[in-house]
Amino acid sequence: MIKGNFIDNLPKVYGIYTGGFLAFIILMSIGEQMGMTSKAIGICFVAFTVCIYAIIGYLSRTAQADAYYVAGRQVPTVFNGMATAADWMSGASFVAMAGGIYFKGYGYMALLVGWTGGYVLVATLLAPYLRKFGCYTVPDFIGTRYGGNLSRFLAVVVLTVASFTYVTAQINATGTIASVALDIPFQYAVYVGLISILLCSMLGGMRGVTWTQVAQYIVLIIAYLLPVFWISNKMGAGFFPHFMLADEVARIGELEQQFGFVKNSAADLATVPKGLAGITKAHSAVNATPWAFISLALAMMMGTASLPHVMMRYFTTPSVKAARKSVGWSLFFIFLLYSSAPMLATLSKLSLIDPSLSTGIIGKSIAEVQAIDWYQNWNQANLMFVSDFNGNGTLELNEFFMGGKAVVLATPEIAGLPYVISGLVAAGGMAAAMSTADGLILAIANAISHDVYYKIIDPKAETAKRLVVARVLLVVIGFAGATIAAMEIQGILGSVIWAFDFAMSGLFFPLVLGVWWKRANKEGAVAGMALGLLSGLGYLIWVRNGGSGFLGITQLTFGIFGSAVSLVSMVVVSLITSEPSAATQKMVDEVRVPSGRTIIGKN
Amino acid sequence: MSKQAQHWEKTRGLLMMTLAIWFVFSIGIFLFGAEMESVTGPFGYPLTYWFTCQGSLGIFVILIFWFANRQEKIDEEFGFSERGDD
Repeated sequence: MIKGNFIDNLPKVYGIYTGGFLAFIILMSIGEQMGMTSKAIGICFVAFTVCIYAIIGYLSRTAQADAYYVAGRQVPTVFNGMATAADWMSGASFVAMAGGIYFKGYGYMALLVGWTGGYVLVATLLAPYLRKFGCYTVPDFIGTRYGGNLSRFLAVVVLTVASFTYVTAQINATGTIASVALDIPFQYAVYVGLISILLCSMLGGMRGVTWTQVAQYIVLIIAYLLPVFWISNKMGAGFFPHFMLADEVARIGELEQQFGFVKNSAADLATVPKGLAGITKAHSAVNATPWAFISLALAMMMGTASLPHVMMRYFTTPSVKAARKSVGWSLFFIFLLYSSAPMLATLSKLSLIDPSLSTGIIGKSIAEVQAIDWYQNWNQANLMFVSDFNGNGTLELNEFFMGGKAVVLATPEIAGLPYVISGLVAAGGMAAAMSTADGLILAIANAISHDVYYKIIDPKAETAKRLVVARVLLVVIGFAGATIAAMEIQGILGSVIWAFDFAMSGLFFPLVLGVWWKRANKEGAVAGMALGLLSGLGYLIWVRNGGSGFLGITQLTFGIFGSAVSLVSMVVVSLITSEPSAATQKMVDEVRVPSGRTIIGKN
Repeated sequence: MSKQAQHWEKTRGLLMMTLAIWFVFSIGIFLFGAEMESVTGPFGYPLTYWFTCQGSLGIFVILIFWFANRQEKIDEEFGFSERGDD
């Protein structure tokens, strides 16, 4: 069936894979009809998909540095786009984003704009030039462009701080899903998640991660879109929700007017389980100041362009030209999910709050709501809660609370879809969290093995030894992440946003100016990275400990302060120290031209 | 001016143009979020809402492909494009 080169056969391979996955979904729904329990369906979905990823990871094993670090630089644009989209869309995007929109409406949607607009910066400022550079890792670019072990080391530090913050959240998400789907305690489920993650990346490095990420993208996008379309059709809201929900959005606005946003007293709120929230903000109406919206979007955009696990995906394309196009494809595949999240939030909210729909619960009596099957299930899972604060026996808008995850996880059940969809959603969430965790752990392990071990400690190390070090680091970092995740310190989304702020504080300007400002030198870059990261971190600690902050910069946007410090210190220090050597300036000239050899190594 | 300097000048020009469009749809329009709210946008959504959930996102996708094509043309013009296909 498959002849010749693997790369040439990619469309066929993944076509068969997609067909197989759809067949599996149909098989499961037949199973459900024949009386398979919901638990068995959940286990089948998660176990089956994870096994497939593990097989892909095994088939992609390699002993070559080029394949391990950059997938042999032969990933075609469209497939690299899918892999980047999976790499990018984390458990947070998949599970928490629609929930965030559900609760916070317009103000939260700044994240949608920020997490997509950042790709314009990636495509124009960085990706093609870093691809031309021919580096294996992001610190490899910093170290070679600016020279010196200190700059290289600092880049590794920033990368590790940002990526590690991010990865604990992802391992946490795999653990949550594994514990629900496989019905095991969270502390163990975290390690089940970790082992699944390592199976994809251990043997094949970037090559293994690339081909599993493509497979994971296919699973997660089917798992996200199928329920959205299904629910929309079932509710009679329109067969193509993205173009047809204007009436529903308007109806939510009307209901908000009718119910009003009643503020609960602190004493009442104290009785609500931790992590659950009520609807307190308008759905589609502007509910944030322009600066609150723009600063959050800006921080996420600059953070996107500085996150190494995304940037390194563009090192795997065959050419500079392909790297640029590939950014476009990445964003297209991301767009498919991001434009659906607000639609899911709309459908979910309307089906719950509209008293004229059979699923609506606002306005019903508390006892009636508490007797609903799905309410009992999700209440038990600690994701839903109602309480009669005003004692009138009827459920009001301000008396209904939900966890952010519930919007994605529970809406199919509320809308009356078969359980097979819930199993599918679990598999999708698992795919999203695993693919991002893989990219992040690999980014950290590669930076430490390549930049610290090979470039700084032992430049004469043989390839075999380097790859052993890389793999050992992968496991060590994975376990460290899982151990912290098992402690359950932060929610999924908080730490994800911090990662963007850390990355932009330390890396945005050193990366961008490395290409676009020839005069930038080593001293400037060192100052920019060190002061940027420290000031960002300092600001975060200050605000977290009750500091008032300034200019409306919050703990979610502290990267704006960090990167401003980074820019100023980098420019000032560069200008008061001597300009880069002629060789470095020539190198920058070469980076700016797509044709010719890469700067580092053979092409 | 050398061929390379000319190439870089055009590249920089394209960058500025792309970033200007990016700025308008990622930051500029949201300065007027409240003003745009009462305007009905595509498919009947309020205009601000439509931009945040579809408009700006879609424009970014198109913008990147447009940029990639323009940059390729510039590279070809100066003979700096890579050989072979992608």
